[in-house]
Amino acid sequence: MRWTSRAESVGHRAISAKAWRVLALCAAFSLLMSAAGPEKHLSVYSVATNYSLPIAQREGHDYVGLLELLEPLGRVSAKTDSQRWRFHYNNVEGEFQLGKTRARVQGREADLGGPFFLENNRGLVPVASLGSLLPRFLGGPVNLHEAAGRLFIGSVSTHFTASLAADNPPKLVFNFTAPVNPSVSTEPGVLRMTFSREPLVSPASPTLTFGSKAIPSANYSEGNGAAILTVNSTIPVIATFSNGGRTVTIAPTATAQAAASAPAQPTATATNPAQAANPTNPASSASSAAQVSRRYFAVVDASHGGDDHGESLSNTLAEKDVTVALARSLRQQLESRGITTLVLRDSDANLSVDQRAVFANADHAAIYIALHAASSGHGVRVYTALLPYGQDDRGPFRSWTTAQHGSLSLSRTAAGAVIGEIQKRQIPVRSLEAPLRPLNNMTGPAIAIEVAPQGSDVAQLTAPDYQELITGAVATAIAANRDQLGAAP
Amino acid sequence: MIPRHFVIAIGVLLAAALGLGIYALHMRKTVTAIPAASTDTRPLVPPVAGPTERVTLYIADDEDGTLRAQSAQIPMPSGRQQRAEELLRALLSIYLDKSSPHVLGAGADVRSVFLVDPGVAVIDVNSAFADTHRSGVLVEELTVTSLVHTISENTPGILKVKILVDGKERDTLAGHADLSDYYDVSAVSQLASQLQQ
Repeated sequence: MRWTSRAESVGHRAISAKAWRVLALCAAFSLLMSAAGPEKHLSVYSVATNYSLPIAQREGHDYVGLLELLEPLGRVSAKTDSQRWRFHYNNVEGEFQLGKTRARVQGREADLGGPFFLENNRGLVPVASLGSLLPRFLGGPVNLHEAAGRLFIGSVSTHFTASLAADNPPKLVFNFTAPVNPSVSTEPGVLRMTFSREPLVSPASPTLTFGSKAIPSANYSEGNGAAILTVNSTIPVIATFSNGGRTVTIAPTATAQAAASAPAQPTATATNPAQAANPTNPASSASSAAQVSRRYFAVVDASHGGDDHGESLSNTLAEKDVTVALARSLRQQLESRGITTLVLRDSDANLSVDQRAVFANADHAAIYIALHAASSGHGVRVYTALLPYGQDDRGPFRSWTTAQHGSLSLSRTAAGAVIGEIQKRQIPVRSLEAPLRPLNNMTGPAIAIEVAPQGSDVAQLTAPDYQELITGAVATAIAANRDQLGAAP
Repeated sequence: MIPRHFVIAIGVLLAAALGLGIYALHMRKTVTAIPAASTDTRPLVPPVAGPTERVTLYIADDEDGTLRAQSAQIPMPSGRQQRAEELLRALLSIYLDKSSPHVLGAGADVRSVFLVDPGVAVIDVNSAFADTHRSGVLVEELTVTSLVHTISENTPGILKVKILVDGKERDTLAGHADLSDYYDVSAVSQLASQLQQ
């Protein structure tokens, strides 16, 4: 075979270009495999509950699981039929097809703005489509802040005003239309409040100026499922909460006030949101015991969640999944007995123990029940708090770490009642104290229940009849002690 | 037409790129999967020799979720702090045995114990102790109670105990038992009584 020099030259160039393309693709592939960015989240705010979901990237666009999105809001079910995915939310039916950009909801077409994905029976829809798609299912308006990953269902916005008090040194006062509990962080010249669970919305202008040298301005921004208020200051400042979490006052720290005449040296001052900057800290609840406003009688907490998987009960079963199932079952059992119940974690969301305590304390719930699952041992363990060393209560202000102290006897009463009911059902049960947060941070009666299989088969933990047997016993015990628990401050 | 040697060269390059990619993936998985295996299990201190003493160890039992007292004759140094360390190492040697009723992960060890007056004990365990510990309220509680009760019952004057991991504070032992605060020895004593029933 004879090749001409021209053909050879063209061939060289062509193959060389191809080779470089392939090599570049390989390099890009390797880079992609080694560098994963931070996970994006969609925060959902509704009247019933607030929660957060992970956002998946498909073809360069943001996607979210529709079933996971609507599950905390109502009854959902899904059925996969080859390339079709039939989804029911309460009585509304939707039909989606793999790769199609249009779906049918109640027989009417809906534009998704991108192809529908079906992965392991999970239906993924573009986040951008939620603004038009969800009203079809929910029958009401939703407000999507797509770039920030925030979804408001119904009228759930929290607004705020900011004003500079004419004190010396100056104080910046934020007033919110609903209680808030942001995480607070500081760095030199900046105090940042991050609102992950509050449906906080922007003021008329995102930049607020105050004409003060000490606290010249504040900015509102949104991103990755949270709203952020950034206060710019030239002196170290601290955030304090009052008015049941509706007012946040930004004021100079004691050292900054003492050194008011000297040049300010910006220093980092961190305020633990669950303690000092906590709108519902034990201090405020202690002083307002006479004015208890309770929305839910029982707060049920599905322990772990999100990145915290809890115990790996088997290769495929994580504790965090069992606790959610138990929590839903317990809510159903309690509500069927007329007990209003809030499930703190009703999805695969990250929730710190401080946040869990804050929500339950804020509600002044008559009983807090944390749920755990375990593969070791047999039956059920009911725990009350093992308090850490020392009590730093000062006057009406209770120590965060031993906040449970005043309610411990009532917690033990509740635990005793639960044990009695479980024993009646012939399930092995025992009562113990445990160094298990957030039991010690609760201002009201609080227990934790750890469910293990009766035998050695961990699969029993997911069996609905076993779950109902236990949650039914717990609900019966709580209902029987309703008056005693309800009288607790 | 394309020269044959060029085709071969490109083929070799592609194969090399693919091979390296697969190797990189394999290495990445291996690195995330082996932290426990790479734990340094070498002893931190030389074994203690000298006169032995009878002490009481509180041994956890996972089967029935209890704590039981067990006498042991172990060599004890004269220093109060070293005695506390030896006590806990004797306890851990039981838990590191595969036939133990409450097995701890390979490489679990007590780095040191600090006794600070008045009445404070700080137990510093290594990262293998916590990283390989099984997760669960009861199983973690048994470990913590066993450590705290053994040291407080054999070392008079301890009122509170703090547990550190690798010299640092840690929120929980393995997702449940709180390590962020000081354990109240009297409260743990009561818990130990509950666990011995």
